Order: sequence, then C-alpha cells, then structure tokens
Amino acid sequence: MKKTILTVDDSRTMREMLKATLLGAGYEVLQAEDGVHGLEVLSGANPDVILTDINMPRMDGFGFIEGVRKDQRYRSVPILVLTTEGEPEKKDRARRAGATGWIVKPFDPEKLINAIRRLAA
Amino acid sequence: MDTMAAIKQTFFQECEEQLVELESGLLALDAGTSEPDTINAVFRAVHSIKGGAGAFGLEQLVRFAHTFETSLDFVRSGKVAATRNILKTMLTAADMLADLVRLAREGAVGDDAEITRMAQQLETACGTSDHGAAAQPAAATPEEDDLDFTPIQVSLEDLFSSDPARQTYRVRFEPKPGFYARANEPLVLLRELTRLGEMRTTCDMSRLPTLAELDPEGAYLAWDVTLETDASESAIRDIFEFVEFDCEISIQAAEQTGPFDDDAYARLLSLAASDMRAALPDPVEPSLDKIAAEVQARNDEASARKVDAAKGFNPAGATIRVDLDRVERLIDLVGELVINQAMLSQRVAEARIARSSALAMGLDDLEQLSREIQDSVMAIRAQPVKPIFQRMSRVVREAADMTGKTVTLHCDGESTEVDKTVIERLTDPLTHMIRNAIDHGIEKPEARIAAGKPETGHIRLAAMHRSGRVVIEISDDGGGINRERVKAAAISKGLIEPDAQLSDEDIDNLIFLPGFSTASTVTDMSGRGVGMDVVKRSIQALGGRITISSTPGKGSAFVMSLPLTLAVLDGMIVSVAEETLIVPLTAIVETLKPSMTDIFHMGGDSRVIRIRDSFVPLIDIGHVLGYRSEMADPSHCVIVLIDLEGHARRALLVDGIQGQRQVVIKSLEANYRRVDGIAAATILGDGRVALILDVDAVVENADAKSTGVAADVILPEPEMVE
Repeated sequence: MKKTILTVDDSRTMREMLKATLLGAGYEVLQAEDGVHGLEVLSGANPDVILTDINMPRMDGFGFIEGVRKDQRYRSVPILVLTTEGEPEKKDRARRAGATGWIVKPFDPEKLINAIRRLAA
Repeated sequence: MDTMAAIKQTFFQECEEQLVELESGLLALDAGTSEPDTINAVFRAVHSIKGGAGAFGLEQLVRFAHTFETSLDFVRSGKVAATRNILKTMLTAADMLADLVRLAREGAVGDDAEITRMAQQLETACGTSDHGAAAQPAAATPEEDDLDFTPIQVSLEDLFSSDPARQTYRVRFEPKPGFYARANEPLVLLRELTRLGEMRTTCDMSRLPTLAELDPEGAYLAWDVTLETDASESAIRDIFEFVEFDCEISIQAAEQTGPFDDDAYARLLSLAASDMRAALPDPVEPSLDKIAAEVQARNDEASARKVDAAKGFNPAGATIRVDLDRVERLIDLVGELVINQAMLSQRVAEARIARSSALAMGLDDLEQLSREIQDSVMAIRAQPVKPIFQRMSRVVREAADMTGKTVTLHCDGESTEVDKTVIERLTDPLTHMIRNAIDHGIEKPEARIAAGKPETGHIRLAAMHRSGRVVIEISDDGGGINRERVKAAAISKGLIEPDAQLSDEDIDNLIFLPGFSTASTVTDMSGRGVGMDVVKRSIQALGGRITISSTPGKGSAFVMSLPLTLAVLDGMIVSVAEETLIVPLTAIVETLKPSMTDIFHMGGDSRVIRIRDSFVPLIDIGHVLGYRSEMADPSHCVIVLIDLEGHARRALLVDGIQGQRQVVIKSLEANYRRVDGIAAATILGDGRVALILDVDAVVENADAKSTGVAADVILPEPEMVE
C-alpha cells in the first residue's frame, strides 16, 4: 500500500516542490497551508509521515506539532520539520513539541526521501 | 526539467504576492500600526522569498533576503524599535528585493556592490552588523553550512560506493522515553540498518520490569546489532541522526567476520520485533474530546481573525488559479452566446409573436441570464487595483527622493476591481502622472512652509465605481497649475494664438496638447520624453477619458473614467451609406440635427458647423471611409459631436441613428487584418457585422485630406450637454 505524507507549508512554491518530489517517490500526498489547516486536513486522514514548516501564518509549526501530539490518534506519527531556519534553539523547541526529525531547506529531494523512509513505519 | 520550470514560475508569482505583502506591511508599520501580525507577515514574506530562492539556487537573492530577514527579526523580537528611519531603509530594501526578484526571473543578477551597500545600510539602521556576514558574497549563509545535511551526503556516497572494504560493526542502541514520545520506531531504524549490510540483532530485555512496575510510556529495551557492511561508521550514525538525543548509541568497529546464516538472522529479527511490540507503550485513555474542543477553539479564533481580515484586504482569500487562455475562451463563448441570444430575440420579434407568449417570455429570461453570465465572466477578469496602487508608493518614494521633497501617498478604494488588461495598461499613465504631480505639483518643503502648508506634500490616489465605469483620481495638495506659465508656454510653442481668449479650464487642458512641457529644463523625472498628451492618449485607447481640475495654491486633481472591461463597449449604432457603424459612446458629447444655416464651406471639401458659439469641423464619415464619393447633404443627416484629445471637437456626419447598446468587441486584427479608421467589429442582433469606429484615426484621416482648417485649433468650448 502506498504511504501517505501530509505536508504543511504556507509557500505555494514549497508545496509544489514537495508534491512533485513525493509523488515522484511513489507517496500519496496531502497538503495544508498552515498549522490550523494542517490540523483540519489531518483530522480526516491517516498520514504515515508529516512534514511541516515552522514559520507559518495563523498557527506556526510548533503549535501544529503540539496539536498533533495532543491527539491520541497521531501520537505515533513521525513529524519531520522542514524549514529554512537552523538555529539550535528552534530545533530544540520543535523537539520538545514532539518533532521527530529536522531537515533544513532548501532540501535535496533524494535526502528528503531517505529521511522519510527512515521514519515511515 | 518541466516540473521544476513550472514550479519556478509559481515561485516568482508567489514572490510578487510576498512583495506586495511586504510593502503593505512596511507601510502599515510606517503608519503606526502596532498589530503584531503585521511585522510577522512582513518577516514571513522575506523569509518565504529566501526559502524559495534557496531551492532554485538564486544565491544573490538568498543572501540579500537573509540580511533583510535578520534586520526584520530584530524588529520583530523588539531588539530595535521600528523607527521611521528604519522603516524608510526597509522600504528601500523592499524595492531592491523586488528588483532582485525581477532580475532573477529574467535570469539576471543585480550589482553586488549595490546590494552590499543596501545590506550595510540595513545592518547599520538595525544594528545587526554582527549578524550580517551573510551579506558578503564570499560568506555562506548558516543554511548552507548547516551540519544537518552533510553527514547524509557522505552516507549516500558510502551507500553506493564500490569500496570492497567490508567491515563489521557492533552497534548498541538504547532508546530513552523521549524516543517514543517523538514517534520514533525502533523497528524502522533496525530495518534501515539492514539496508547497509548483513545484520544480527539481539534484544536486551534485562531492564524490563514486572508488569506492575511497567510505565507504559517508558523505554526498557535495548538492541545489540552486529552489522557487516561496506558503509562507513558515519553512514550508520546518520540512521540515528534524528534520535541522537533520545537514545544511547555506541558504534564500534569489530573484527571482520564471515557471513552468517540467513535463518538465524530472520529469527533474530522477528524476535526483536516481537520484543519491541511487547515493550511499546499501550494506548492511554483517549482524550479526543478535549483535543477536538481545543482544535475547535483554535478554529474559532482563526475564523474570527479571518472575518476581521475580510473587512479589509484579505490576503489569503480562497482563490483558484486559472490559465488566462481559458478565461479568454470563456469570455469569447459568452460573447457569442449574447450575440446569439440577441439574434434569436430579433427573429422572434420579426415573427410577430406576442410579447406575452411563453416563447417571448422565455426569451426574456434567456436575455437576463445571458447578461448575468456575461457580467459574471467579466468579473473573473476583474482584479483589484491594489497591486498597481501599491507600485505607486514606490514611484512616490523614488520621485520624492529625487526631487528632495517629502511626499506621502494615501490610497483609497484599493479593492475596486477593474479588468486585468485595463489595470495592466494603467501602470504607465499613473506612474507618469504621479511623477508629474511630485515634480511640478508639490512644492519644495521651504515653499510649503512659507505658504502655510504642512511640510509634507500629500498625494491621494483613489479608485471607485461610478455608473458602470471605474473612476481613478490622482490629486495633490501642491501649488496647482500655474496658468500664467502654461499659457505663456503654449504661446511660445505656437500651440495657441497670443491673443486667444481662454477660460481657466481651457488653459488647464493645454497641458494635454502634444509637445507641451512647462518645465524650463527637462528634469530627470517626468521629463522622460512623454508628456500628458501620451497619458491622455493611452487613457483614450482604453476607452477612457481624463479631466483635470486645479486650484492655484491648493493643488490639482486628475480624474480618469475608464470602462470596466475591454470585452464589451457601449456604442451608438449609426447608419452611413447603407452600412451600420458603431461609435463608442465615450467619445460622443452630443447628437443634433443640423440646420443648413449653421454650415459653412471653407473652400475645397472643408465644411464647419456652428454649434452654439463655436465652429467645429464637419467630417463626412461615409466619404472618409470611402463608402461614397459624393459629400453627403447635411440637411438629411445627423451630427454626432465628438470630443478628441486636447479638447478639440469634430462633428461627424451620419445618415441616421439606430440606437444605443452594449456590443461585444470582436478583434478585426485577429480575424481579418488591421483596417485604418476601424477599431474593431461586432455582430449585431440580426447577424450582421458592424464595424466599430476608431474615432481618432478617422479624424486624423479627415484632417489630412482637408486643407488645414481642421488642424488642432482650440475653440471656445460650448456648454456640455450630457
């Protein structure tokens, strides 16, 4: 069965790049535009891995990760943070919120797919 | 790579949106908003551009956006206050960012020295110089040398390397509770290890407590792995990259060993898996209701915010992107539908079917529906004037800087929607008029203070819908038109006779005459080879009109009235020598039945008609277009009085007026070829093709044929009859 990835990013460019990369690697792709939207999309879906940006309007990535982790159903869904920011404090904050991994943009498609494979059960 | 090219296009489109967001945010901050969302949105805009630029390797853009972002972060975090000075620098930086995006789109790059200078200005203004190393071309951005990625790169090389040096590693892997809390899965990591080579695993259950003492969220198991692989130690470590803080991991190179049997390996692996399942935390009592309530609360909050946003400009409105071609095709089809419906109505009328019959009434409904569809389709092409208004704030900034004046721009009615093409073609005229207003209208600060005005000049740009057209107004609180100077200039340029009697309004309108310029020297600004005559012509080409009003000492205002769309046109249907023509309604001042006593021959074919207190050259349309060789007898004709640029007027002679209606514009150029004197064509209700008159071109032809009587003469203007 195809694995499903949920991507949350406010940039249309990034969404399209992620979609192209993930579809190319044989994944099903769900997309959301910010944290709030991400939780909405999530509530009707069962993704195997979640990719999320940090800096987004309405609800940022930290809030989104916390929201996901609070939901019993999604406690064990790996969350990969994908962002341009690489500061250790932010990384640590994302980890504390419950993020599984961290990748810095711009991403290399091959590396991203490798990282996802390492997370998808 | 096609997909990438398409995504790159998306990126540049998105950049444009972000730049608008950036500028409007900075302007809002400049206007004193304390809304935290504003600085966040501004930051995000630059951040987003940087992110995308990085993905496409647009190095220069990344570098500058990074410096900009750092400065914005200082303001966002409150390390520095957003002073006027800082915001001014940031607005200039936003302009540069916009330029860099545009250059990148064209595949070009900006001047490094200029960028470095701007970056330094930003750093100086915000005191971020310590963090600004990224602005230097040689330095890498933190992203580029982030350590997260480099190890993986090594691992990939190792994965596919043909290096035969097989090595055996002993890996001890001991998850801590946080490992599971962050949704990690030991099985997945072990599975990844098997990709590297042959592996033996044993699960260490020694720390597993009794069931009574077992914490479901705890971590008790550890794994010992013997891995025989070509891969390097770092490749192994990379697998545990995300969990380095959530587990104890030790990797040791061991003696080379021979291959082991697969069965044992499979047994061990399945044992590991079952051990793990036993150790995995049990689901805790679900508190879904609580989560749902919380999400709901956040949703409510977000939608409340959305409602707020909708009151103003909604940047994240629900939209779809559609290829312009598809919209054009739809507009075309709807045009056909409207024509077809009109034909049908006419046929039914000809068949003398009672208006109260079900057929006629059904047709009325159809007409209504077609109109509504047409309006809705036109609305698809409609866009708010906001982006172009926003561009003007840059024009104002640059023009103000160049002239050493301080000017603020105030925009009203930014959400007013106009056809896309109209908007596109408005940029140049607006830019020119605003430059003019700052260059010639707004006084220098000293002069303003002397005149008892605030030091800062004010330009207002407003858009509104008025009776089916869009009205755009540019007004300034400058010195107004210096009529003495305008008149003197017009006389010295031979545009008017020295003794011409002109009203104030006539003098104001002189600035629309070709070749007119009051500036004694061509300034760097508005003097770029175009004058107000070009502005007027481009507005007229859009089917619009422009008027000016000015009060000495108080300022001037230009008011443009434009059609909402270029797909339909309000026209007067006239007959000329058995042909049916359309005269655009915007050009028409009035229509009248001439009296022979008012018509005077001026020699040759030239005739003028007296309309109240002025003489207007008479143009026989049928003759100019070659429909007839003889001049028509005005006593059997109707006069259509039209207004031209520079306030000149002409009286068009037509045989009769059939009526007035909205027609669908069909390009003659696209379907046939360009015809001089004809702007376009349309199809009438009876199926006949009617040509739409290009009034300016017809007048030009007529003027060329006649003996100079009809040269551009400013005649005293009669009362307007609407």
